[in-house]
Amino acid sequence: MLGEGILKGMVETARNFFGSYRSRERLVTVQYPEERLPMKENARNFPFLVYDGVDAEKGLRCVACKICEKECPPQCIYIILERDEKGKPQKHPKVFDIDLSVCMSCQICVEVCPFDAIKMDTEFELSCADRFGGLLVHKPQLAKSNEYYHQLHPADAEEVDARLAAEKAKAEAKAKAAVAPSTAKPPSVPRPTPAK
Amino acid sequence: MATTIDQVFVNLKLWAVGLFPAAWQPLVSALLSIIAIIGVFATLFAITTILERKGLGRIQNRYGPNRVGPCGILQPMADGIKAIIKEDVVPRSADKLVHFLAPVVLVAPVFLVYSVLPVGRNMTPLDLDAGVLFFFAIGATTELAVFMAGWASHNKYSLLGAMRAIAQMISYEVPLLLSTVPVIMAVGSLSTVRIVAAQTGYVGWLPRWFVFTPWGLAGFILFVIAATAESNRSPFDLPEGESEIIAGYFIEYSGFKFALFFLGEYLGLFAVSGLAITLFLGGWSAPLSFLTWIPSWVWFFAKLLAMIGAFIWVRGTVPRLRMDQLMNFAWKFMLPMALINILAVAVWRYLPAGFWRWPACAGVVWLPYLALGRGLAGSKRVTKRVYRYAA
Repeated sequence: MLGEGILKGMVETARNFFGSYRSRERLVTVQYPEERLPMKENARNFPFLVYDGVDAEKGLRCVACKICEKECPPQCIYIILERDEKGKPQKHPKVFDIDLSVCMSCQICVEVCPFDAIKMDTEFELSCADRFGGLLVHKPQLAKSNEYYHQLHPADAEEVDARLAAEKAKAEAKAKAAVAPSTAKPPSVPRPTPAK
Repeated sequence: MATTIDQVFVNLKLWAVGLFPAAWQPLVSALLSIIAIIGVFATLFAITTILERKGLGRIQNRYGPNRVGPCGILQPMADGIKAIIKEDVVPRSADKLVHFLAPVVLVAPVFLVYSVLPVGRNMTPLDLDAGVLFFFAIGATTELAVFMAGWASHNKYSLLGAMRAIAQMISYEVPLLLSTVPVIMAVGSLSTVRIVAAQTGYVGWLPRWFVFTPWGLAGFILFVIAATAESNRSPFDLPEGESEIIAGYFIEYSGFKFALFFLGEYLGLFAVSGLAITLFLGGWSAPLSFLTWIPSWVWFFAKLLAMIGAFIWVRGTVPRLRMDQLMNFAWKFMLPMALINILAVAVWRYLPAGFWRWPACAGVVWLPYLALGRGLAGSKRVTKRVYRYAA
């Protein structure tokens, strides 16, 4: 009969209407500022710089190699290398800025970093009243401890720590080997002939 | 006591008018009515927006707005402030004058039609002999405003929306008018006051509203469907069609002009609901004879809110129609049914009062309804889809 389906539909919507007052399971909305869903472990929003130890400035893993600056698709990273009085590079960034308004959270900087110095943060409430200066994040705000990284992404941090420790051990062993037989020649590596 | 409360607004107005010299009294009386109409129905608009958003939310198992004020009841104020302080953007290629006039032309006549609605006993601002005719004559100007808006915006979406709106509103104007004809035939008057007076009696303690007669029920349903289409509400909101023509005729309106369109749409809905109440639901009369001590205007607004609730319910249930379905429904179903309903009221009128005219009148409406429903449904068979080009 004509109109039967509409009546059935109206019964269904009425059931929803009254049901939403009776059982709270129907209301799936998360009331955001008061309630939050737990963050996923692989969540990412904005990069930060990892430092080891307690001093944020000294422990910074970043060596200012500028790979991330070059790889960043929207070019939101700005790095100046630290130099001493004689102009010798110091393997340390003097300036490290990331423009929050430009960053697109792609994580490419993290993937290209050979030193595991830059990682993704999960903090997403980053709004501020200053549209220009406030959205440019400087080195002191970017530097966060390794413990913080462990809190955010425990599995990844463990893996990174293990890898770094292994690399460090290897480097030390190599250095020891190089020091002990000081007369030993370095293995001669044949230079690759340039392709014609 | 009950009559004092019932007539409190009437007496208040008489007292206020009496303060002025005799020459000014008609003008003051009219002004007071205008202020009352604008104040009451604009407030009702604010209440309805929050009711609608909450109600639709609950229908979809959401909370709805719940941030501004306790349970979100101050949301209309926030919306209003937002609408006022927003920038008013007029497209460079728009027809500036018409673009400006369209919302005004939409809202002003809608307020005019309230003047013939009896909102309570002795509470009709303008008791015209041709009240229903006046209502439809003024109400039809909204089509002009909609087309002005669509044309002046100089935008293809708005023009499409306006053209849809014109096609829809003119098509549904016909069944809207024809579904009121049975009431006018039964009462023998176009005056809204007399139509309500004809429904005020009681049989035992049941009311004698027209909606409780077979032709009245059919007429009421037809009227409400046509009214939904006239006020561009879902499922007949094709002129807006957010998903296809993004906002239809008011796409180029922003800020307060947009709010005026919204206001006009809702006020049109209230007006047409008020007319449905006047024609079929006994106007301001109480639904049961022992409830007459409650003031008449309370009943009118209670019925109005019930109608609005029903409209919100339908909006939360039914998806938008397609243009051809809309037109088919108007001309193949609504129009024949409205005409048959006129026949039904004639049967009712000329059969002697008693039991037999009920089944006779109901049959005159019901059998064509079944036949039409079967005919419309039978024309389209669900078959396996055949792909002509894909292998």
